[in-house]
Amino acid sequence: MDVNVALAQWSNLLIYSAMAVYAIAFIIYAFDLFGPAFAGDTQKADKESGGTADSQADRTDDPSIGAKSVNRTAGSRTESTAAAAGPGSAATAVLDDGDRPVDGTRDGGMGSGGAEDDGHADASTPDLRRWARAGTALTVLATAFLLGAIVTRTLAVMRVPWSNMMEYALIASAIAAVAYLVLLKFRDFRYLGTFVTFSVLLVLGLCITVFHTPAAQIIPALDNYWIWIHVPIAILSTVLLYLSAIIALVQILRSRSESKPWRGPLRFINALPGSKELEKASYRFAAVGFVTWTFTLVAGAYWAEIAWGRYWGWDSKEIWTFVVWVVYAAYLHARATRGWTPTRVAVLNLIGIASVIFNFSVVNLYFNGLHAYAGV
Amino acid sequence: MKKQSKSGAPAADIGVVGMLRWAWRQLTTMRAALILLLVLALAAIPGSLLPQRIQDPGAVSTFIEENGAWGEFLDAVQLFDVYTSVWFSAVYILLMVSLVGCIIPRTKHHLRAMRQAPPTAPRRLTRMSAYRTTPLTTQSEQRTTDELLDAARAHLKKSGYRTVRADDHIAAERGYLKETGNLVFHVSILATVIIMAMGGLFGYSGQRVLVEGETFSHSLVSYDSFDPGTFFDADSLPEFRLTLDDLETRFDDEASGAQFGQPRQFDASVTLNTPEGASEFMLRPNEPVRVDGSRVYLIGNGYAPVITARNANGDVTYSGPVVFLPQDGVYTSTGVVKIPDASPDQLGFGGVLLPTTGRNDDGELISTFAELRNPLLVMDAYRGDLGLDTGVPQSVYQLESDSMEQLVDEDGSPYQMVMQPGDTAELPDGHGSVTFEEIRKYAALDVHHDPVQVWMMPFMALLFGGLSLSLFVARRRVWVRVRGDEVEIAGLARGEDPRVDEAVEELTQVLALESLEPESADPDAGSAQNSSGK
Ligand code: HEM
Repeated sequence: MDVNVALAQWSNLLIYSAMAVYAIAFIIYAFDLFGPAFAGDTQKADKESGGTADSQADRTDDPSIGAKSVNRTAGSRTESTAAAAGPGSAATAVLDDGDRPVDGTRDGGMGSGGAEDDGHADASTPDLRRWARAGTALTVLATAFLLGAIVTRTLAVMRVPWSNMMEYALIASAIAAVAYLVLLKFRDFRYLGTFVTFSVLLVLGLCITVFHTPAAQIIPALDNYWIWIHVPIAILSTVLLYLSAIIALVQILRSRSESKPWRGPLRFINALPGSKELEKASYRFAAVGFVTWTFTLVAGAYWAEIAWGRYWGWDSKEIWTFVVWVVYAAYLHARATRGWTPTRVAVLNLIGIASVIFNFSVVNLYFNGLHAYAGV
Repeated sequence: MKKQSKSGAPAADIGVVGMLRWAWRQLTTMRAALILLLVLALAAIPGSLLPQRIQDPGAVSTFIEENGAWGEFLDAVQLFDVYTSVWFSAVYILLMVSLVGCIIPRTKHHLRAMRQAPPTAPRRLTRMSAYRTTPLTTQSEQRTTDELLDAARAHLKKSGYRTVRADDHIAAERGYLKETGNLVFHVSILATVIIMAMGGLFGYSGQRVLVEGETFSHSLVSYDSFDPGTFFDADSLPEFRLTLDDLETRFDDEASGAQFGQPRQFDASVTLNTPEGASEFMLRPNEPVRVDGSRVYLIGNGYAPVITARNANGDVTYSGPVVFLPQDGVYTSTGVVKIPDASPDQLGFGGVLLPTTGRNDDGELISTFAELRNPLLVMDAYRGDLGLDTGVPQSVYQLESDSMEQLVDEDGSPYQMVMQPGDTAELPDGHGSVTFEEIRKYAALDVHHDPVQVWMMPFMALLFGGLSLSLFVARRRVWVRVRGDEVEIAGLARGEDPRVDEAVEELTQVLALESLEPESADPDAGSAQNSSGK
């Protein structure tokens, strides 16, 4: 069976390279968050505008995705320094002015979005977040390696690159990394960099150990066009729900800091956008993720009918996909239910991602059902 | 969850009707729906931790045997039949009742809302999620209130708002589809559950193992197992005959590591005879053959050694393929042969088939690959009463050897047949001989029928469309009011609406005269938007 072994080896090599670079990016990002630079930023901003967080929270109606939000976010950076001059309308006037020049420089490459943001901020606060900029650049490099690993593996086997756990996890990491980098273009999400690079590093580590699957052809049970539909949507959902959960976690921490600022290593939390804004960002990822998860569920049922003769049979994978779906339905309901504080709702979100991860790891590896993945 | 009591226990003297009404009101709250959803998620989990009868009844009996009283307790509380259990059903039925109780009033309310005009402006528009002002007239251009409001109304209409003109303002609302989508979504969930239940009532499923060369006539008796729905009508079985001409299987002998030996191909060539005529098909995983509303699936395969047994006189007492069940990825297969016609005693053999024989590090015989490269059949032999006449149904895959005695060699050690295809073994004590003729492959087929399944598709489409509308359509109200020489433009998000501020800004731009910079938002406006009702 035609598997190009040389290419498969290249792919593995690229995974190792990506891991090495992600590791450095993670350390550097962590330094940015926990180290003195970010804290310096925090204290300075706090002093000048009475808290970046508050002024940003006012504009929570920004869409997290969309060209317009670029202006807003960039503007708010300016504002936090300009607010000292005069509160209220003066600040928003600056915001409007800030739009144009930033817009102009912003149409550059995807990965450099974060760096340019800094370029803008540097005008007033030089040298801040230099670490974050380096982290982003390294993340771009590592992600390029990761994409290279996926491409070479695909070429090695000449089939869909998501037919076992390792490939699934590789694609998921790549989507998460690319999504993060693309989002940077619209908003300064670099505080998530530490979490994203760490998660990707962890998953890649699992890929080459626990999930490792040699390059090979596909098993007949998976050899159907539904693998082109059901699986990538499942991967996408996993990533969306994961990003939502990270933000939910930050939201919980941020929400505490609003009554009692963090000290010590977590003090970077104090300078993040307000918990209300984080909650909205988290919700948006979860809402899209819920829709795609619903699609995964329905497409899975459709495929099951073709493969096993029934669309629903309470196979262990079906059970957990259903559990995940119900938990997120509960999350959406909780958001609309009086008496549920944003923090409690966010905890439901975390329970949701825990069940997603359980569904992928424990159910695949230890429960034997019809969904047994090839070779793991 | 403690909060539930907040709405108050019913007063002691409200009577049965009052109690019921109170219970109904509790059940149809959002909070009840939320709790029921969480309980449903929890209740579904045990089915993945314990073996379930719907999947593997054998594993359930083994589990109960191995765990004694604990196993019986679990059985008593239906933990091996989670999805048909009283408690699981109770949760989802309550949820469905709650859903109905929720959908009906909301539908009524929504229909009314759609017929009503958008509500007129509240007195203080500054409190809305988004708020802007712009002057009515400037040096360069004069506008009347009517002109401005007409322009505003035209723009809002074009953007999909429903508008109404009041004295000094336009009231507009958009996004009714959000609620419509939400209702469609919830109705679709209800429909899905009903269709699933009906499929179980009217459909059937049956299993049959078919060895190469054999023919299966579709009828109740020729199934190995058959599972009809409660209202299934046996006369409705479609008439057909299916012959397995050939089964081609291929496994990966080139890949390394865990991928070595993985299956790569299962192709069953079948001939289908229906009253309309004969046709040939390829039956593969993911490619069922559809016959007259029923579907035939290839769900498993394995090896069936062909065994011929003779008594001491050389008379054939048994001859035919015996289905062995693969136990692992290298098709180490186990099976039993029952020979009730043997003499002087009934005989039973139990054994293992190794498709490609090798030895492990301890020198034991094992199978190393799933294809038939170097097959070996190893069997023990038992004599005595097979117990076939007791009337208790027996599994063809298990030997009830309790009342049987194992055959032994002259030296007293257990007798074992170790054969390659073509070999003949002489049984001790004049029990005749056994010939291992050849190995044939077999296919495990499932036949399914679900008459209401076709209804699933449209409801899935509705469910999906409804959900997307519900989550992604923004519902908002907008007002444009002229107050003296000033135009107020305000927007109120109803539910999740990331764009309310932009929409108001855009409208302001449209209404502002070109030469003017619009005045920006009240910086406090942002805090109002989250209080909008859901
Ligand atoms: C099987 C049961 C149910 C499922 C799977 C389910 C699922 C969902 C989902 C996914 C949403 C999100 C849509 C959105 O946020 O706009 C939603 C919204 C909603 N559901 Fe349900 N639901 C169920 C039962 C119920 C019941 C019983 C009620 C009434 C008590 C209810 C009332 C609502 C309401 C009012 C919303 C709108 C919330 C909002 O505006 O965000 N649902 N439901």
